[in-house]
Amino acid sequence: MSVLDSKVPKGPIKDKWTSYKDKINLVNPANKRNIDIIVVGTGLAGGSAAATLAELGYNVKAFAYQDSPRRAHSIAAQGGINAAKNYMGDGDSVYRLFYDTVKGGDYRSREANVYRLAEVSANIIDQCVAQGVPFARDYGGLLDNRSFGGVLVSRTFYAKGQTGQQLLLGAYSAMNRQIARGKIQMYNRHEMLDVVIVDEKARGIIARNLITGEIERHSAHAVVVGSGGYGNVYFLSTNAMGSNATAAWKIHKKGAFFANPCYTQIHPTCIPRSGDYQSKLTLMSESLRNDGRIWVPKNLEDVKAIREGRKKPTDLSEDERDYYLERRYPAFGNLVPRDVASRAAKERCDAGYGVNATGEAVYLDFASAIERYGKEQAKIQGIDNPSKAKITELGEKIVEAKYGNLFQMYEKIVDDNPYKTPMMIYPAVHYTMGGVWVDYNLMTTVPGLYCIGEANFSDHGANRLGASALMQGLADGYFVLPYTIGDYLSEDIRTGAIPTDSKEFDEAEKSVKDRIDFFMNNKGSKSVDYFHKRLGKIMWDKAGMSRNEKGLKEAMSEIKALREEFWKDVKVPGSANEMNPELEKAGRVADFLELGELFAKDALMREESCGGHFREESAEESGPQKGEAKRDDKNFAFVAAWEYKGEPGDAVLHKEELEFKDIELKQRSYK
Amino acid sequence: MSGKGMNLTLKIWRQKDAQSKGKMQTYKVNDISEHMSFLEMMDVLNEQLIAEGDEPVAFDHDCREGICGMCSLYINGEAHGPDRGVTTCQLHMRMFNDGDTIYIEPFRAAAFPVIKDLVVDRSAFERIQQAGGYISVNTSGNTQDANAIPISKHAADEAMDAATCIGCGACVATCKNSSAMLFVGAKVSQYALLPQGQIEAADRVKNMVAQMDLEGFGNCTNTGACEIECPKGISLDNIARMNRELIKASVK
Repeated sequence: MSVLDSKVPKGPIKDKWTSYKDKINLVNPANKRNIDIIVVGTGLAGGSAAATLAELGYNVKAFAYQDSPRRAHSIAAQGGINAAKNYMGDGDSVYRLFYDTVKGGDYRSREANVYRLAEVSANIIDQCVAQGVPFARDYGGLLDNRSFGGVLVSRTFYAKGQTGQQLLLGAYSAMNRQIARGKIQMYNRHEMLDVVIVDEKARGIIARNLITGEIERHSAHAVVVGSGGYGNVYFLSTNAMGSNATAAWKIHKKGAFFANPCYTQIHPTCIPRSGDYQSKLTLMSESLRNDGRIWVPKNLEDVKAIREGRKKPTDLSEDERDYYLERRYPAFGNLVPRDVASRAAKERCDAGYGVNATGEAVYLDFASAIERYGKEQAKIQGIDNPSKAKITELGEKIVEAKYGNLFQMYEKIVDDNPYKTPMMIYPAVHYTMGGVWVDYNLMTTVPGLYCIGEANFSDHGANRLGASALMQGLADGYFVLPYTIGDYLSEDIRTGAIPTDSKEFDEAEKSVKDRIDFFMNNKGSKSVDYFHKRLGKIMWDKAGMSRNEKGLKEAMSEIKALREEFWKDVKVPGSANEMNPELEKAGRVADFLELGELFAKDALMREESCGGHFREESAEESGPQKGEAKRDDKNFAFVAAWEYKGEPGDAVLHKEELEFKDIELKQRSYK
Repeated sequence: MSGKGMNLTLKIWRQKDAQSKGKMQTYKVNDISEHMSFLEMMDVLNEQLIAEGDEPVAFDHDCREGICGMCSLYINGEAHGPDRGVTTCQLHMRMFNDGDTIYIEPFRAAAFPVIKDLVVDRSAFERIQQAGGYISVNTSGNTQDANAIPISKHAADEAMDAATCIGCGACVATCKNSSAMLFVGAKVSQYALLPQGQIEAADRVKNMVAQMDLEGFGNCTNTGACEIECPKGISLDNIARMNRELIKASVK
């Protein structure tokens, strides 16, 4: 029998959240003033939660490793945010957003959470507009929408190619209002290094001041972790350099179960790697797939000619190109979900059709969109028989208006003009659907310890749809957690301030200090990055876009061995009592070296293909879906929540069986 | 990498902490690929320093795609270096030549004290935002429908252009007066251009400008250097708009 209780309320799915909120315990305003909440991370989830909890009257302490909440990596989200507004009148509804999200997640998410997400999505847009978020509008002054991968409606709200930035600045402004009122105490350049559990409840954290190196104790009645995903376990990803799993991993080691670590999203449209010195990968928004067509040459001779510089992609006629997504998936074409698009690119490149020197790149071509828009503009402007050059000029203007900043970014990095020659793209690690297990209240398996945003596992199943991460982060922080946490805190109104001089704080602080001392005193010979890069290579080669039993077993033992080597031979310069970026990295990589092993263990256990997790042993062998991922609902329709037992390899599996009452389980077909 | 990498001399500002005195130090890096980003070149230097038993150079950076605003650096006398419309993390080594000497300093301004090496304290920007960089609306989810107030596309686009400021501080670093008016003007403009922001417009501009002055930023003398160095192309018009808003607020 499972120890996991998802606490999903009874009743029809449409009414669950509303009737649950009606019955939930509340904390009166006078009592809220006596209750402290710690929020770790200030991205869309943490930032919106901190602001809202402070508005409600709680005393909030918020922590960010950056020098400002505005710099959290949510800022880098480009394309947009989904909401079931149906402003376009194209048939969207709460149910359809719910359905698309569950289907897109390959039926591995919890129905009730996803329905709630779809339900509150419309409020997010209302809220953000009221905060002054400058979403794109049409000429009538109303909000504009665009379509995104994996769905058949246009429900994505956007602010140029900087939607994440604008939404985060919205949450940041709401935080600033509360910081000014003294309701949020903001701790910038601070990193949480452990959680403190007192009488089985989360009651505080140990944090390091990244400027002075001082180790600090902070107590609270509840702790909320919104620290983002663990994509940097691969070393190279589209995450920020500092993005890390330390807060999530520390709470896992203190009793919070970690769910579905193997569900990782490899984003199809990133700028390909250029050399060994590469420090990160840059995403090109998925919105580009609305107008860009993805292809590789049909003939290997052309591939060779292009690689050797004898031919340019524009030299190839339509007949000589393989628009492989349009060929394989006529219904969705270039707008198939991310996992499908990524695997299709890998398939072509593995077959030798990659178009750059590394053999890991495909084309994303805007020529037909430029022509189509150009002709349309010529008609609007009343130009009869426009020349080809005129059409191109007019079309490029429209493409520039839509994607100008992305094209500019591409040109700066690659030194190639994407208006004239197709972009080169390749998949890269982007988002992690797995994360800390939470119940319907977003509480982990530790009472009083919550986890929100990308850091938790709950809403995206095995694959996240585009423009849904922003939606989830803000839904959790603005509209879900502020309700559910009150239900828990209503029992804490007589507790009083939590002291920081208890033995639990002593012990947690000691273990943090011991680890720092170890790093400072270790006489190793290799830098932290040396180990991080090796871990990344193991992960990418053996637990990347496609996985098999042999590779995963090797990954587990190789990571374990690498971890042992790391502890023997890592070299951390400088001292503990100062700003020391290498020391910060050492702690984060030490945690990735454990998480990576659990990741591989989880992937090994899950002997099916679903969403971002593709097991080579589990593919369709015949019929129209030949080669596509094969899910195994009979044996694997569960959430894998791992309990920490000392070593990552010894983690114990707990299953939360997934029930699909409102959606019929089907093979995900985008054909 | 082929053997055609660049060999460079780096003159870098080293400073132990806010209290200590700093100085320029010289380093060499070899075989730098033109495809590297500037910060990847700094990574190479740091790996080299660690291997040699020296302390790596501390510098701020995070997203490495030009949006978080964390990276800074004054390179050869220019905020974010010689390229236009980019942050330091997007600057590529193809902007430099084999044999170059590159001067790397922190953003310099009295209101941005050095924390360590190339890392500066930009919390003055935080306090300016806290003084009024928001719309006082609770996150209840009970606001009116997002389409209830139409906003002209022109106003929305202009507000968006102002809102793209990443708060990096290049405008301050590059200004001979260390003025923060482009930064403050951008925030004031974003809200002033939207109906939602107009209700508190007068108090907002007065409070933000007052805090800006308190932090020790200089005044604007219209040299326009900030606009040229701004990685996001924030227009000087925003300063003019802020001044108009301030006059409007003051005579009310």
